[in-house]
Amino acid sequence: MDLAVNIIIGIIIAATPLVYAAIGELVAEKSGVLNLGVEGMMIIGAVAAFAATIETGSFILGVCAAIICGALMALIFAFITQTLLANQVATGLALTMFGLGLAALLGQAYSGKSAPTFPKLAIPGLSDLPILGPLLFGHDILVYMSLALVIAVAWFLARTRTGLVIRAIGENHDAAHAIGYPVVAYRYATLAFGGACAGVGGAYLSIVQTPLWVENMTAGRGWIALALVVFAAWRPWRAFAGAYLFGGITIVQLHSQGLGLEVEPQLLAMLPYIATIIVLVLISSDRSRAHLNAPAKLGQTFFAPA
Amino acid sequence: MLRIEARKEPSVVMLYATPSIALVLTIISGFLLFAALGKDPAKATYLIFVDPLTSVYSLSELMVKATPLILIATGLALGFRAGVWNIGAEGQFTVGALTGGATALALYQVEGFWVLPLICLAGALGGMAWAAIPAFLRTRFNTNEILVSLMLVYVAILLLSVLVHGLLRDPDGQNFPESRLFHDAALMPILIEGTRAHIGFLVAIAAVIIAALVLRSHILGFQIKVVGLAPRAARYAGFSDSHIVWICFMISGGLAGLAGVFEATGPVGQLVPALPVGYGFTAIIVAFLGRLHPFGILLGGLLLASTYIGGEAAQISMSLPASTTRVFQGLLLFFLLATDIFVGYRIRWLAPKASTAVPAPKPAGE
Repeated sequence: MDLAVNIIIGIIIAATPLVYAAIGELVAEKSGVLNLGVEGMMIIGAVAAFAATIETGSFILGVCAAIICGALMALIFAFITQTLLANQVATGLALTMFGLGLAALLGQAYSGKSAPTFPKLAIPGLSDLPILGPLLFGHDILVYMSLALVIAVAWFLARTRTGLVIRAIGENHDAAHAIGYPVVAYRYATLAFGGACAGVGGAYLSIVQTPLWVENMTAGRGWIALALVVFAAWRPWRAFAGAYLFGGITIVQLHSQGLGLEVEPQLLAMLPYIATIIVLVLISSDRSRAHLNAPAKLGQTFFAPA
Repeated sequence: MLRIEARKEPSVVMLYATPSIALVLTIISGFLLFAALGKDPAKATYLIFVDPLTSVYSLSELMVKATPLILIATGLALGFRAGVWNIGAEGQFTVGALTGGATALALYQVEGFWVLPLICLAGALGGMAWAAIPAFLRTRFNTNEILVSLMLVYVAILLLSVLVHGLLRDPDGQNFPESRLFHDAALMPILIEGTRAHIGFLVAIAAVIIAALVLRSHILGFQIKVVGLAPRAARYAGFSDSHIVWICFMISGGLAGLAGVFEATGPVGQLVPALPVGYGFTAIIVAFLGRLHPFGILLGGLLLASTYIGGEAAQISMSLPASTTRVFQGLLLFFLLATDIFVGYRIRWLAPKASTAVPAPKPAGE
């Protein structure tokens, strides 16, 4: 029973960074922008949070640093693709390369150091319950905030006027522009939101999950988050479920010995990547449905002739 | 105020000028970055961009590093032109090294002129097989090739690690995760005595020339350009979408696999887990730096190879991390994409209209 509880807690910890990164990217993609730089924004968030936490001793400042740095990275992307009208695929790749390099450069001074343990929220009484206590009430605040974020984004996109405008821009930026909505400004905002979320996802890796700074510690999670958005058919709750599914796959790796599996560790490490591919195939094979769900203008450059 | 206007025709001057502008901007911002980090910026810039061009040995190293970059970028550029985004060249490179290297190990101590060509063929086929996965999934299941090809990079690197830890490990190697050193008949012939420059560089140049000819004169080059520029027109003309996807993936995968096997049988000489060092990703920048044209890629490959060598020099003499090179490469791609706007658009300065400048409308009937 303890093993089962530990596995579930492990899944939650593995899934949370993916939830943040995927939800942020989902909002950006809903407005019609494909930012392939999630990996780069996450790793910058990871190093910023780690450095700020070590320097100030405050987790709150660490997470804030990740939010700001992630958003700044996204704004570079926004400037190049929205104002300077560059190709989004290539710019996203550049953002990832730049982020991985810059994070390694900035993090050089911090490798080998370890951050203090991130506090868990303990609710007297409830957290001490057998099984349910550790499963529901013993997590850190970022786990609960990730859940709140999914609820908020799902409500925001579906039920608010601004959410409607964002979706309209993603479906038809020319029409939205003609009605008078500032397409580029909205996209700057959704991209910055996506960057901030990716930053928090990275922060979770470096100050909660490990807590260490290691070069390239995101190890493709940003890309998995991108795949999750496709898997989720651009729906927040499905992205949440997908993140937990992938958290489960990652955790099999860690607990394989406990479960009595004797496989090469590298083969187990392949699992999340192979699972991503399989899931993508299953989702996209239904041509008509995949087509209906994707924002119609995803990845297309918007230029308003004056 | 500033306003962006679409040009009627793309500017040819800007097409050639922007890569140089981007390079200058990269050097300037790199200079500022080093100053901000408290490193001597002039020395770092000199080491990365100038020093590699000053000795015969470093020029030969330039050829060693440019070979995989040029080979991979030439293949990728064909796909990028057609809107086929193979981002996983690093994986195809790794699998090419793996299949080629495994062939070399299987033929250990076998002599004959055919040994090396067979190894290279195995490498190219390995790269093609790895690229066939995203090509198949895209054409059959409509799966996004960017994500699939990228995920396969991680799988390929782990696969290499598994095999050099197990099946392909050197039997006399004290359990080090390395294959045995390839024998002489399986190694790339050296081009310049006393250096590591090998004949792969000539193959890369040949690939550039062939790609340039195909783009210029062959129907395939025409199809690739039409699919990229006007997908609808291509469909009306009856060019098959999946045909183009397959061809682009096979060419880029094959060239990446070839680059991988050249790396294994050239400068490295065995299979090691650290064989993939990012050439597959850097080649993406090379392709854009070269404006997706083979001759441009040749120049871009040499330039980025020099930043690799310079980055290593800066690592040793200024204790900068290896990732500094990647910061430069990322910046370079940013500036390339950002200055791209000058090709298709012009930026105009419009003086704010003063109300007095507007002539009053004349009364009707005058």
